[in-house]
This record gives sequence, C-alpha cells and structure tokens, in this order.
Amino acid sequence: MTRDDAPRSGVATEGAPEGEPAELPDQRSDEEYATAGLTTAPLDGDEATAGGERARGERGAGVAVPGSFAGTRAPGVGGALSWVARELLGWGRWFWRQLTSMRVALLLLLLLALASVPGSLIPQERSDVTVAADFRQRNPGLSEFYDRFQLFDVYSSIWFSAIYILLFVSLIGCIVPRTWQFVGQLRGRPPRAPRRLDRMPAYTTWRTTAPPEEVLTAARQRLRRRRFRTDGEEMPGREGQVAAEKGYLREAGNLLFHVALIVMLVAFAAGQLYHSEGGKLVVQGSGFTNALPQYDDFSSGQLYDVDELERFGFTLDEFHYDYSRDSVDIGTPTEFRADVTYWTDDGTEESSTIEVNEPLRVGDAKVRLLGHGYAPVVTVKDAEGNTAFSGPVPFLPQDNGFTSTGVIKVSDYVGPDGEHDQLGFQGFFNPTYNIDEVRGPHSTFPEPDYPVLTLNAFHGDLGISSGIPQNVYQLDTENMEQLTDGSGDLFRFDLLPGESVELPEGRGTLTFEEFENWATFQITTREGTSWALYGSMAAITGLVGSLFLQRRRVWVRARTEADGLTVVEMASLGRTESAKIPEELAALAAELQPDAPMERPAEGDSAGADSSGAGTGDAGDARDEDAGDARDEDAGTEPDAPDARKPDSPPAEGAR
Amino acid sequence: MMLAADQGLADSSNVLVYTAMAVYSLAFLAYVAEWVFGGRSRVARTSASLDAEGGEADAATPAVTVRKNGATSVLERPRVVTRSAGPARPETPDGPGAAGGDERGDTYGRIAVALTTLAFLMHLGGVVTRAIAVERGPWGNMYEFSTAFSMVVTAAFLTLLLLRRNVRWLGLILVGTVLLDLGLATTVLYTETQQLVPALDSIWMWIHVPLAIICGGLLYLGAISSVLFLLKDRHEARLADGATPGRFSSSVLGRLPSSVSLDRFAYRINAAVFPLWTFTIVAGAIWAENAWGRYWDWDPKETWAFITWVAYACYLHARATVGWKGRKAAYLAVIGFICFLINYYGVNIFFDSLHSYGGV
Ligand code: HEM
Repeated sequence: MTRDDAPRSGVATEGAPEGEPAELPDQRSDEEYATAGLTTAPLDGDEATAGGERARGERGAGVAVPGSFAGTRAPGVGGALSWVARELLGWGRWFWRQLTSMRVALLLLLLLALASVPGSLIPQERSDVTVAADFRQRNPGLSEFYDRFQLFDVYSSIWFSAIYILLFVSLIGCIVPRTWQFVGQLRGRPPRAPRRLDRMPAYTTWRTTAPPEEVLTAARQRLRRRRFRTDGEEMPGREGQVAAEKGYLREAGNLLFHVALIVMLVAFAAGQLYHSEGGKLVVQGSGFTNALPQYDDFSSGQLYDVDELERFGFTLDEFHYDYSRDSVDIGTPTEFRADVTYWTDDGTEESSTIEVNEPLRVGDAKVRLLGHGYAPVVTVKDAEGNTAFSGPVPFLPQDNGFTSTGVIKVSDYVGPDGEHDQLGFQGFFNPTYNIDEVRGPHSTFPEPDYPVLTLNAFHGDLGISSGIPQNVYQLDTENMEQLTDGSGDLFRFDLLPGESVELPEGRGTLTFEEFENWATFQITTREGTSWALYGSMAAITGLVGSLFLQRRRVWVRARTEADGLTVVEMASLGRTESAKIPEELAALAAELQPDAPMERPAEGDSAGADSSGAGTGDAGDARDEDAGDARDEDAGTEPDAPDARKPDSPPAEGAR
Repeated sequence: MMLAADQGLADSSNVLVYTAMAVYSLAFLAYVAEWVFGGRSRVARTSASLDAEGGEADAATPAVTVRKNGATSVLERPRVVTRSAGPARPETPDGPGAAGGDERGDTYGRIAVALTTLAFLMHLGGVVTRAIAVERGPWGNMYEFSTAFSMVVTAAFLTLLLLRRNVRWLGLILVGTVLLDLGLATTVLYTETQQLVPALDSIWMWIHVPLAIICGGLLYLGAISSVLFLLKDRHEARLADGATPGRFSSSVLGRLPSSVSLDRFAYRINAAVFPLWTFTIVAGAIWAENAWGRYWDWDPKETWAFITWVAYACYLHARATVGWKGRKAAYLAVIGFICFLINYYGVNIFFDSLHSYGGV
C-alpha cells in the first residue's frame, strides 16, 4: 500500500514548485516527476497486499504477524486490542482503496450493464402489470424463481441498487481526491524539465547563435501566446529552462462529467420519490379538477404529499382527430388535438391546446394527451315515461378500427309493475359499423362514417349498493336477468344516432341521442426533471472537454555549448499519444526560428551532424526493454555528450 | 392525402436504391480484385518481415518559410523525433494497404472507390426522394432506418478518404456489409407505410433519430477497426515471438495498418461518438418526457441504449486502466457495438415477440 501511495502523493504535492525535491535520487524519479500528474486518475499499481505495511512499527517486544496490516502484536490485552484496531483500519483502507480504484469502477460499470439486461427480457411489473401477470399465470414455477431474485422488478431490486450505489460511492470516493489534486495542480506550476528531454515522446533540438536567455524569453512568450501556463521567469532550480502546460480543461471536463453523473442520479432518485401520476378520462364538454377523488387512477412516489397537488382544472372544449384514408396507411392517425380551457388557483382562465408531444404545463403539473374514444349519449325512460338516465357513456376502443365496448348502468329506475328495478346494457359502439360471421359486429375505421350502437339489456341487481367498488366498464350480471323479446330470443338492438328502441314488456325506451368524443389525460408532477436535464447537459459538456482536449507539457531548455553556440532542446509530452502533440512541438519550434535561427551544420549531412544530444548508443538500443537500467547508467551524463552511437541505431536517425 | 406523384417518387426511390446496390456490388468486386492483385505483389509478401522491424517514426518535416527584415529565406524546420511511450513490443509500421503496392491492385482500388462514390450518390438520391415522397424525415421505419444507416456508413468512409485518411483497407468489409444491410432492407424489412403516428410528429424526430443513425454508422467503423485490431495484434505478437503466421494471415493482415494505428482509429471514432451518443439518449429522454410523461422508464429500447452507453463508457475507462488497455478494451468496444445492434434490430424485431412468446 505504501508502494501504491508513494508516487501518487508525491505527484500531488510536487506539482507545486515549493515541493520540489532538493536532490534527485535517480534518472527514473526525475522523469516520473516531470511526467506525473498529467491526469488525476488513480494509479492502479500492483495489487496492494496486506503485507505491505508490515514493516512499520517494528519496535518493542511483540509477535510479528506476517501478512497482516497491523504488524507486530504487543503482548497483553491492550496490545491485542490495538492490533485488532490497526488490523480493521488496515482492511477498511484496503477495501476503500479497492472500491475507488479504476479497476473496480470498471468492473462495477460492466456489472451494471449486465444487470440491466434481464429487465429488458422479463416483463417488468412496474411498466406492464398485465403482461407480467399473464406471464406469472402461464409460468408459475419459473415465476417463483424469478420472484426470489426480484426479476419482475429488476430496476428497483436490491442487487441492482447495490451495484449502482457501490458504483456511485466509488465515483464519489474517486472524484473528491481527484478534485483536490487538480486544484493543487492549478495552484502550482508546471513541473520542471526532466534532465533527459530526449526521452520524452516528442523531442527536437537545434543549435543557434542567439544567446540562451533570449531563446528562453522568446519561447516563454510563444508558449504564453498559445495559452500555455508557464513557470515563472526566475524560479530557483529552473535556470535555463521553460516548463509549460496546457489543456487543464480536459481534467476539469472529466471531473465535471463525473460530478454531473451524480447530479443526474440524485435527480432521478428525487423523481422516483417525489412524483405523482394520474389518469383521467374527460368527455368533450366536461371538466376535471386536480384533486385526488377526481382521478380514474393515481399513483405517487413514497415521499409525495397528495395535498401538494397543483390547484387547477380544465374543461375539454373540443377534441380533434384525423385518420389517414390512403390505401397503404389506412387507419393511421395523423392528428390528435384537444382544445381546453384551464383555470388556475388565482382564478385566471385561459384556453390552450394539448397535443401528443405538446403537454399543457400548469405550475409544476403537466397534462398530457393519451388517447381518445367515443361516448354515446343515451337517454333511458322508465315504464312511467320519466327519464331514468341521460348522458354520455364512454365506450373503450378495443382495436385499431375503434370497435368500442361499454356498459350503461341505470340504477334509479321503475319497472312496468311500479317496483324499483335496475337496468344494465352492454355492447358495442362501432364508429364505422360492419358485421361478419367471424368477428360479429365491429368497426373498420376509427372515424364515425357509419356509427352504430349495438346493445344487450339486463334487469335486476347491478350490485352497486354492495359497497364493493365496481368497474364502470363492466357489468356484473350475476344477479341480473337478460331481457328477451316477444318471441323468446335474447333482446338485442342496433341504433343509429337519433334512433330509439322500445324495451320489451313495456319497460320504457332507450334513445341513442348522439355521441361525444372523450379524451384521456395524464397529469404528472415530478421533482428533479430540470436537474436531470442540467446534469445531462453538463455531462455532455464535460465529456467533450474530457475526450477532445489534450493535456500536454512542453519544455524548452537552452544552454551555451563549448563552441559558443546555443543548444536549444524542446520536448513535449501528452496524456495520450496523439499526432497533434509532436505537430504542435514542430510548429512551436518553427515559431522560434526568427528568435533562434537554426545554425546549419557545417558538414551538411544532417544525420551525421545530428548525433549530439542523444545518449550513448547502448542506452539508445536498450531503451525499450530495459529502460530503467539504461537510465540509471545515464544519470548525470550530459545530454549533449559527444556521440558514441552506432551509425545504424534508429534513434539517431533524424534526431535533429 | 397521397398524390399520385408521390407514389411515383417512392417508386423512383426504390429504383435508385436497387441501382445503388448494383453499383455497390461492382465496387465490391473491384475491392476483391484490389486485395487479390495486392496479394501477389512482392511488397505484400515481404511485409511480414518488415513488420517485425521496429523504429521511431519521423514526424513530417516541411520546410518553413521565415520572413525577416523583408528578406525571405527558406529554413529547414528542426525535426521532431517521436517515440512511443513504450508498448511491450517494438512498434510496427503500417502495412502497405490492400493493393500492397501492386500497380494493378491499386488501379482496382481506385476504381472501387470511384464506384463506391457513384453508388453512394444513388443511395443518397434514393433516401432523398423517399423523404420527398413521404414528406417527412426518411427514418420512420426499419426499412428507412436501414437504408439511412448504410448511407451514413458509406458517407463516413468517403469523407475520411476525402480528408486523405488512410482508410481504403476498410472498403471491402464496409461495402460488403452495406450490401448485406440494403439486401435485408429491400427484402425483409421493406414496408409501404408512409404516414407517421402523431407521437412521432415531433421536432425530436429530427434530432434523436438521425443522430442515432449517425452514431450507429460511425460506431460500425470503429467496431470493424477494433476487430481488425484484435486480429492484427495477435499477428504482430506471433511475429514478435518469432513464429511464422500462415500465408493468408501474413498476406492479408500484413497489408493492414499496424495494430497501434487500428487501435487509435477505433478509439478516435468511439471517443468522438460517445458524447454524441450521450446526447442522442438525452434527446430521446426529453422526447419521452414530452410524449409519455416520464423521461426514463426502463423500456427495452431505453434499457439497451443505456447498456450500449455503459459498454462504451467501460471501453473508455478500460483504456485508462492498467491491465485492461489493448485487447480487453477492444473486446469491450466490439461488445458495445453488438449492444447497439441488439437495440436497433433486436429490440424492434424480437423483443415484443419475446414478451408474447414468453409464456410458451
Ligand atoms: C457512473 C459510472 C461512470 C461512467 C459512466 C464513467 C465514464 C467515464 C468516461 C466516459 C470517461 C472518459 C474516458 C477518457 O477520458 O477517455 C471517464 C474517465 C475517467 N473516469 Fe469514469 N465513469 C464512471 C465512474 C467512474 C468511477 C467510479 C471512477 C473512480 C474510480 C471513475 C474514474 C475515472 C477517471 C479517473 C477517468 C479519467 C481517465 C483518464 O484520465 O483517461 N469513473 N469515465
């Protein structure tokens, strides 16, 4: 664990100039120092083991416990207790470090993707209760198994929640230290140049007659003009060099993205806990007031207070619809629009329209248009000629042609014998009536080209007074008797608008006056929606910064050689390998030409003259396999030492 | 109301798509010829040994013109040496491309690109006439989605070529899949339907859906590159181990760009698409909020869009994680694209039926 820690904490503080080590132990740490901190990503070093901290606290008498965090166990109860405490602390820190490592974050992300899959394959209760119920009925055994693992409700299951909560804990545990580290880097200065600039991913050098100070001043200017952050002119220990860095926005973008993910998660959770959602069917010409008893169905989040329902209401003035009559698209809807008048708490009234993708917004609430249908307006007169029932009755469409079914319940009715009785009708409303042997009466088109109401009639007990809530769209015929006509056949009739029928045995009349449109609306409030939106916008902004910007460092060093010429060396290093970074270095070098014109080598052959500046031939050859050793060997070698390299050694090629 | 002229336009759209398919087929044959002739070239045969040689790349060193005191002098710009941060094995140079330096192969390659361009223009014409005929965005159903998808794939390929990127090696696979996609579209997925339901009549139909198609087309290029990376990487590893790969793989894989280039190409595309894909999902959520009253409800389409997104996030993370960069990351990119396909074809075709077959 100490191993894991060392380079990281070193990086964070050493980004600031005051933290510069007075003495460099070796070449490797010199380079590490220069290259570290280009990202604040946690380093996943070798797996930290429990034995890592063993070496500490090895004093006094006691039993060394190998492989433990707590190290030596002092004799006695106190010793044992403090050993256990250290051990627990060690494991806690180990666990935390694991959780906040890139590797575990990656595994958790993978798990999250995997865990999302079953919910798309198995019907989910939250989105489609009927399909899930159907599935349960057909597969009782499998359903039991699914239930055990909450597979009918994956996205609020314990295991799914566990994964994303762990992921977000990991995320927070990752962001916080990274933010501090980043702030430290912003307040510090770019790290000074490593001694061997030619080991950096992009490197160039040339000789010039301009004095070193002028070259460096010019370089600093150019870099600043390119919006690099550079170190101060006279920083101790940094004579003869310029260190510059650019692209901090990449890191800022990355942090912004990850913070935005948290914002989105919190907003989503708020939306789950504080929301209300209800449905209401409204017949044209009538209205709705936003209060719990008015809803046909209603659900809300655990923490939602129904007293907070937005105070408003609306009237459905007119509903418009249009269906395509083209042969290929026949029956495809082309327009739905509800003209409404709505009022708010302060008494203002306004008209508006609601369309499928354009909800009405009143305060926090949104009113959406979901569907529509027809409500035949029916008048029933009882045996004594009094109106027992009159009004629109919504019928529910069953298919694309709007074959609609419905029920008329007449509860307050007097029969031919003068006794109190109840009537029930059930049947179809077909906007474009058709009949065939297979389907019976049905509708072939959603618009009312040939509207026919087809009903059966019952009398007896509707069961309304039993106290059990009843579905208004279903007739409970258990205590009812179906009416028959004079010849003993079941009584059944078809009506066009404006037509009436005499009910058998002098039971009165039923008139199909006309039909109205109805529309269903969904009224919702949800907390956090705008935060989810801001969060997602911030996330995208952050991503663009994080993925498209390059964070890179440039170093320039100038020094007078024995022959009186100045050697300029430039190197750059990016967070990722990108062709842009060497290109930028080349451009910078070119920009410096007016101030530090390149001195052409006398020999004329650039490859031969180039050779100074690279290390020894051995180091050059060994750099890939065994860079560490080579570097140690090189430490202290002047970079411009006379060339001893083999002529065919690739690094020598074009080194200038 | 549909006018007769529109039906005529819809028909000419179909004719254009069929003609495009014919020209794509010719282009496909020309790419095959490019690979075949390229395989005979000496360069291709020796490239396997070339592959094993390492070396540092030299960045371009154009001469710079410097104006000083009114006089203009041309100076040589100091050369920049680049070196890789240290892959485990020496960096391999890019292969010579499908033609392998063979002149006839190269001619066929150029013909193939010209034919692809021609086919693309017809393809584009087919999509545009379809849009005019149906008076809406040409992405209302699976048929239209598929035609637009393969059009984006070709457009991206041709744009890269136009930007002088070395991508001709993609041509054969790319045109092959474009043909496959168009074949499926015109036979299995074809539909006469032209009208959209009001729920789809939204400004987001013009943002969310085309973006999804563009993301898909681009991610496909990235996925091909990742698959080729996996093959080439193994090939290079074998060479580095001193093994001699089979004739076929050394001829074909030897002509491809180096594994490093393939990986970088895939990364660039995937990284560029990721924010766009994020925005596509957000746009879908905004639309869902307007149309259905909730921005996220884990419906299969949403779920798979999320899974795809997480898979690509994994890919991006993996590249920054020790022990995951390289091959494992590439596998993740391929998985991400498979998730995308499952979302766009699988969810539409199979998932609804999965619900109804669920009880069998
Ligand atoms: C909610 C899940 C997460 C998602 C969707 C996500 C996504 C991303 C993406 C897309 C990138 C950009 C990669 C790039 O720059 O190439 C990234 C980078 C990064 N993520 Fe995450 N991340 C998540 C969780 C985490 C967690 C839990 C950690 C903590 C360990 C983390 C640490 C990082 C780091 C350090 C980087 C920067 C890597 C670099 O500099 O290249 N992420 N993440």
